[in-house]
Amino acid sequence: MPEWTRERTWEVLLALILVGTVVYNASRSPVYLDIDNFVNLFRLSIEKVIVAVIMTFVIINGEIDLSVASVMAFSACVLGAAYDAGVPFPLAILLALVASAAAGFLQGQVIARTGISSLVVTLAGLIGFRGAARILLEDRSVGAFPQWFTDLGREDLLGPLPFALVLFIVFIVVAGVVLHRSAFGREVFVIGDNAEVARYSGIDVARTKVVLFTTSALVAGVAGVLFAARLGSVRANIAEGFELDIITMVLLGGVSIFGGSGTMLGVALAIGIVLNLRNGLGLANVEANTQTGVIGALLIVSVMVQNLLDRLPLRRREAEA
Amino acid sequence: MSTPAPVWIRPERIKELSLVGVIAVVVVIFGFLVDDYYSGQFFNRITTSVVITAVLAVAQTMVVVTRNIDLSVGSIVGVSAYLTGQYAAAHPDASPVLAIGLALGIGALLGAVNGLLVAYARVPAIIVTLGTLAIYRSWLVSHAEARTITADSLPSWVVDLPTRTVVSVGSLDVRAVFFVVIVIVALLAVGMQRLRWGRRLYAIGSNPEAAAQAGLPTRRLVFGAFVACGALSGLAGFLFLARFGTITVVAGQGLELDSVAAAVVGGVSVLGGSGTLVGALLGAVLIDVLDQSLVRVPQVSEFWRNAILGALILAAVIADVAIGRRFRRRWSAEARPHTRVTEDEPADQAPALEASDA
Repeated sequence: MPEWTRERTWEVLLALILVGTVVYNASRSPVYLDIDNFVNLFRLSIEKVIVAVIMTFVIINGEIDLSVASVMAFSACVLGAAYDAGVPFPLAILLALVASAAAGFLQGQVIARTGISSLVVTLAGLIGFRGAARILLEDRSVGAFPQWFTDLGREDLLGPLPFALVLFIVFIVVAGVVLHRSAFGREVFVIGDNAEVARYSGIDVARTKVVLFTTSALVAGVAGVLFAARLGSVRANIAEGFELDIITMVLLGGVSIFGGSGTMLGVALAIGIVLNLRNGLGLANVEANTQTGVIGALLIVSVMVQNLLDRLPLRRREAEA
Repeated sequence: MSTPAPVWIRPERIKELSLVGVIAVVVVIFGFLVDDYYSGQFFNRITTSVVITAVLAVAQTMVVVTRNIDLSVGSIVGVSAYLTGQYAAAHPDASPVLAIGLALGIGALLGAVNGLLVAYARVPAIIVTLGTLAIYRSWLVSHAEARTITADSLPSWVVDLPTRTVVSVGSLDVRAVFFVVIVIVALLAVGMQRLRWGRRLYAIGSNPEAAAQAGLPTRRLVFGAFVACGALSGLAGFLFLARFGTITVVAGQGLELDSVAAAVVGGVSVLGGSGTLVGALLGAVLIDVLDQSLVRVPQVSEFWRNAILGALILAAVIADVAIGRRFRRRWSAEARPHTRVTEDEPADQAPALEASDA
């Protein structure tokens, strides 16, 4: 039996919100509980949710990666530009992934070597890699991808489950195990809790950060390729502003913005809440934009509730002492 | 206070001077690339366009020095521009003072919401302002109901404001908006450097716990910084309205990133406690000069703009760390006999920590 931590409390709270959202939505719309609706829910946001999973690692590590949405666009544009230039399609995909990983490696190196805040380095990445995407495709749009590739974004793979959803489930389970059950995962937590202590404990902090930022960009690159498959064409301005949605999902999942605490289960629940909330509000004819506002409010309120919960047991313990 | 080095060679001054140098180099390089680059018209265009990012960079800096961040400034600009536009269109005879006051007030109000949540509800600033970025914008979209404010619905004093000139030196016009913004920035900069509230904001950013231990009213000061940032963003919203005339619900979107970028290029540390308003202003000028100049270079297309800006930010922060490390070593050697504690010393702790394990 795991001990009753604030993470547990938070997960229970999230689960209740999720159940509440689902029940409310189901009562409002008859099509809501259709399996197709659920599958669609994930299919339409797959790019964001897989990046949210890796962002969980980055934030627990005490860093942040603002460049993910731009790297998605960069990856998609490398794919498009290479394909446009006559590179065989599988090779173009490989190029896109290598380019994304290189983008993350570069940022990770700068962060680990200079000690400059990742907020600034990845802000430069946010602007710079969007710029690289612009240079590649300017204002053109590249499409007409092979049939099998666009099918990847649309057709079902296992029963009603599309490729993207299968990928997401496998990815989040593996990520959860790595984060909570592996030595690497422990290192990520220890560094996020106190980088100095981690350094003196013999953890290679710089290497861990480089690995995380490289992986983060690689996952963003995969997301960019999946986005290209779903859209059927790419432009330099795709995925603009996604970083905010992604970070919101992670923080709503109870991951501390200061690093050192958070759970993959919490993030999975938060992803479920955000997707269901958007879907339900959409079915209830609430504009996409108001949905964003609701999620923004949910983010702030969730942290305020967390603060309150933190304070209660603390007060009691202090009174006892 | 006994200072071993003359007061003016503080790291902040060196950062500011090197930025002026970089701006000069950029202008000279573009002078070679673009025919007829040094025209009065070009000066006028830059001084008209830079005011919005300059005000936002300064606003952002006031929050960032306290080790916080305001990502909602773009949404505040949008709300303030739209509502002020609506008011000005509905009351064409209303006094300009009232309209500008309204813009400032809206900004201050939205900033106060951020400040309350950060300082009193103790929610991290990045979370609060990420949330209010979405909330303010979505409120604006539902309020506007897809209507657009158009330039011809606005009173002429608003639309003519950007071209209004205070003094002309040859073909160089000093625009009224530029003049006013420079005055505001200068006043705030003096306040941040010389007045108690300014020094206290730096103290909080350098070490929040120490500041609280020393008895500073940290909550009230942080709240005040957010209100000031909001009010300035509201002013930027008014400038946005005057410059573009046409305001849709997406007005100001993405300006939060520009404001952080300008501040960072201007030498403001996102870890708090260090960076000046003059630096942030210069950062905004550098970005704007690049922006306005790149479109005139035939060899590079406008599509290069973001890539160059991204590289510039990276170069600026890396140079900052490199310069900071060198000077800090020398200063700490000089300052050791006196062991003085001042709150205006820059507090880049990260390199100091690195030095300890080197």
